Amino acid sequence: MLFATAIGIVLSRDLIAVVMLTGIYGFLSASFFVLMDAVDVAFTEAAVGAGISPLLMLLTLAMVGRREKASRSRNFFALMLVVITGALLMIGTFGMPAFGSANAPAHMHVAPRYIEQSGTEIGIPNIVTSVLASYRGFDTFGEVAVIFTAGIGVLSLLMLKPAQRKAPLSNVAKHHKVLRIVSKILIPPILLFALYVQFHGDYGPGGGFQAGVIFAAGIILYTMFFGVDVAQQVVSSAVLRVLAAFGVLLYGSVGLVSMLNGGEFLNYSVLAENPLTGQHIGILVIELGVGITVAAVMVMIFYCFAGQQNKKEEAEE
Amino acid sequence: MTLLMSHYNYWIVVALMMVGFFIVIAQGNLVKKIVGLNIFQTSVFILYISAGKIHGGSAPILNDSITVYSNPLPHVLILTAIVVGIATTALGLALVIRINKAYGTIEESEIQQRDHSC
Amino acid sequence: MLSHLPILQVILPLLGAPACLILGRGKIAWLFALLVSALSFCIAAMLLHTVYHQGVISYALGGWQAPWGIEYRIDLLNAWLLLIVSGSSTVALLAAQSSINVEIAPEKQTIFFVAWLLCLAGLLGILATGDAFNVFVFLEVSSLSTYTLISLGPHRQSLWAAFRYLIMGTIGATFILIGIGLMYIMTGTLNMQDLAQRLPLASDSSTVFTAYAFILVGISLKLALFPLHLWLPNAYNHAPSIVTTFLAASATKVALYLLIRFTYTVFPSHFSQIDIPLEEIFIVLGITGVLSASVAAIYQADVKRAIAYSSVAQIGYMVVGLGIGGVLGLQATLLHVFNHALMKATLFMALAAIACRIGVTTLTSMQGLGRKMPWTSFGFVVGGLSLIGVPLTAGFISKWYLVSAAALSGRWGLVVLIMVGSLLAIVYIWRVVEALYFKPAADSTPIKEAPLAMLLALWLLVFANVYFGIDTRLPVSISAEAATALQEGRP
Repeated sequence: MLFATAIGIVLSRDLIAVVMLTGIYGFLSASFFVLMDAVDVAFTEAAVGAGISPLLMLLTLAMVGRREKASRSRNFFALMLVVITGALLMIGTFGMPAFGSANAPAHMHVAPRYIEQSGTEIGIPNIVTSVLASYRGFDTFGEVAVIFTAGIGVLSLLMLKPAQRKAPLSNVAKHHKVLRIVSKILIPPILLFALYVQFHGDYGPGGGFQAGVIFAAGIILYTMFFGVDVAQQVVSSAVLRVLAAFGVLLYGSVGLVSMLNGGEFLNYSVLAENPLTGQHIGILVIELGVGITVAAVMVMIFYCFAGQQNKKEEAEE
Repeated sequence: MTLLMSHYNYWIVVALMMVGFFIVIAQGNLVKKIVGLNIFQTSVFILYISAGKIHGGSAPILNDSITVYSNPLPHVLILTAIVVGIATTALGLALVIRINKAYGTIEESEIQQRDHSC
Repeated sequence: MLSHLPILQVILPLLGAPACLILGRGKIAWLFALLVSALSFCIAAMLLHTVYHQGVISYALGGWQAPWGIEYRIDLLNAWLLLIVSGSSTVALLAAQSSINVEIAPEKQTIFFVAWLLCLAGLLGILATGDAFNVFVFLEVSSLSTYTLISLGPHRQSLWAAFRYLIMGTIGATFILIGIGLMYIMTGTLNMQDLAQRLPLASDSSTVFTAYAFILVGISLKLALFPLHLWLPNAYNHAPSIVTTFLAASATKVALYLLIRFTYTVFPSHFSQIDIPLEEIFIVLGITGVLSASVAAIYQADVKRAIAYSSVAQIGYMVVGLGIGGVLGLQATLLHVFNHALMKATLFMALAAIACRIGVTTLTSMQGLGRKMPWTSFGFVVGGLSLIGVPLTAGFISKWYLVSAAALSGRWGLVVLIMVGSLLAIVYIWRVVEALYFKPAADSTPIKEAPLAMLLALWLLVFANVYFGIDTRLPVSISAEAATALQEGRP
């Protein structure tokens, strides 16, 4: 099914159809991940691949147009390159252990310790969170930096000049009373759910990133129906920048505090008398840092993209 | 034959990757290129996650009633990779919007034409 | 505090970036960024000193020992590169404020410095880590911030150049990710030292070979090794001038570091010699890059673009050194990494100064500048001499080592080709010198000399070029030790 979707994307000329297919692709991937027992990943992929990605693409299409022009010139060369690469990769898979085998090297070396010891060393049930937030916490710090960088990049490209923000904006949603009322009812539960996901990440699928995305989705919903103007009065761009930076700094400070307490950077065991408590505190705070930055950056990116739409409409009026 | 049966999963993933790769290099529309990039990356994720699966295992959340868990490490890596992917997509799309404003088009061939004629 | 140096090297700029965003207003952002970069340079110097005298430093992040946790591992190779990257960042930042006042709108200047710090953090993170996946994460941090920096350039071509680099760069990063994944599937670990021990056990399988192939291609894309160099001339040409100065001296060096690291430290190198003629491939691709890029440079109307092509050529030299191999070949490459950073930074800094005053860098517009901007022009000349490899400049030293390595390995044809490359460099540098000094100015508008900060940065680099051309003890000894250590690591 995934393959059919992908081919559909290649052949389709209507970009909105392409975006829809992309969303479907993301959703199918997420389902596949569930089948592979990767529930955290499925959660994230669903939020990203079937949520944020199509959203941003649609916003882009609103600016650039939905039809693709035909061009057949480079296809042969590209096809050759792709076939060669694919063949190389196929050959590569011959040496791999069989799918699902429990004796594969991947399962024999580093992973068993996570599975066996994380209960005693860190004390939370979700092993993925243990690895993500503690054992390989520095990777996650890099990940937060990546999100922050993307936010900075989008900001530099699509930054709204102060003048534009005050312009009145055409707002189709004003005419949809039902949508407005329903969204007003939905937003608080969405935000609450985000908080739940944030703090429950230790016990089930969830954690900072997913929570941040859901929280941002709530704000974005609000923005879609009440306009960027109004939303900016509630949560302004300046606040978002500070929050995005704050999340990263929060994460980093946990590491710095660890160093001050005599341990290495991001060693949570030294944060409290009892190493386990230290681990819990460390994980809690850094996940919070992740959630804050992710939410802030996502909303910031949305403001930038949606704000472009307003600029275009003004230019046309 | 046994090779086919045990590895067909991986081959499908490779095929998906190649479709994504093809879209990126062959198709001229910038938004489609980014979509292709997404497909390419997502297929790589599927490869990693498939490698982490153990027959009869379950999601790696500690539970007294479960004995076999699937490998949590690929999950961690892919979570980070997904985030990297969306970061790249967002940046790429922002560039597309600006390019459209500057060049008036988002087809690669037209952009190159306009650059050469300047 | 001293034991935490490895991680401080990276988190200083990494945390400095968001701090800069909060603090940033006009000049404060610049000064803050400069301060952070200068501190990073000091840390790098301290690290180099420690590693040189005491050996490899290992730091377990999070308190978890490798391979369960992420390890930072500093040896001579990456300490050397840490110094080069942080040094070029600091020197470039010195001149940055004056340069971007002309090229970037005021409201975006704070973001510029934030992106710069992120780029620096990303590059340093790639260098310092001993974990393969961590490399990928920080590779993306540096790449995304680089795309942002390039897109801040003054022309619309900057946007297109940034986009093309984004596409090619992400393909490269994804290839590297595939390679890392395949390696993990075969060994179960991500730590580089651990991989080095476990990969030989699996080396007969096609998967390991494929893993290496993908990593190689991915790195080559980032390295701009011929023929995957297509993004570089445009990106360097249209980025803000001071960004080009920084990138030319650092980004591709980091990619080269990855190439060396993966080839020598991670993968069982005997296997790469037996199965595929890797050395020959490096030499062929390298020298082709040198010659084709040098020829292309001669035909460019814009000097910035010509020097960008020259960068592709220089990268070719470095890869040739790798191909020749042995301690001498490796040493030549490592020396050239240092000297190239110096000479390119000088050349691009001079161009940035020119762009600051006259807005463009085309050959015709630069006529007669030798008289109006004497300090800047002479700085360019010295950089050019270093590029060609004239004695008394740093460039001569690395060319000498490269030629010696080629000669000692009996590859006389290669020696000739390397010399041809230098001759071609003379041609395109001479064109600029001719325009600067021997052609009359197009009009008589008065043009001031470059701003003081830029001149200061430029002449710091000029001085370094000459100093290290004469007193070569530091780079030669470090590169020799690093090369020997790498060679010994091979089975």
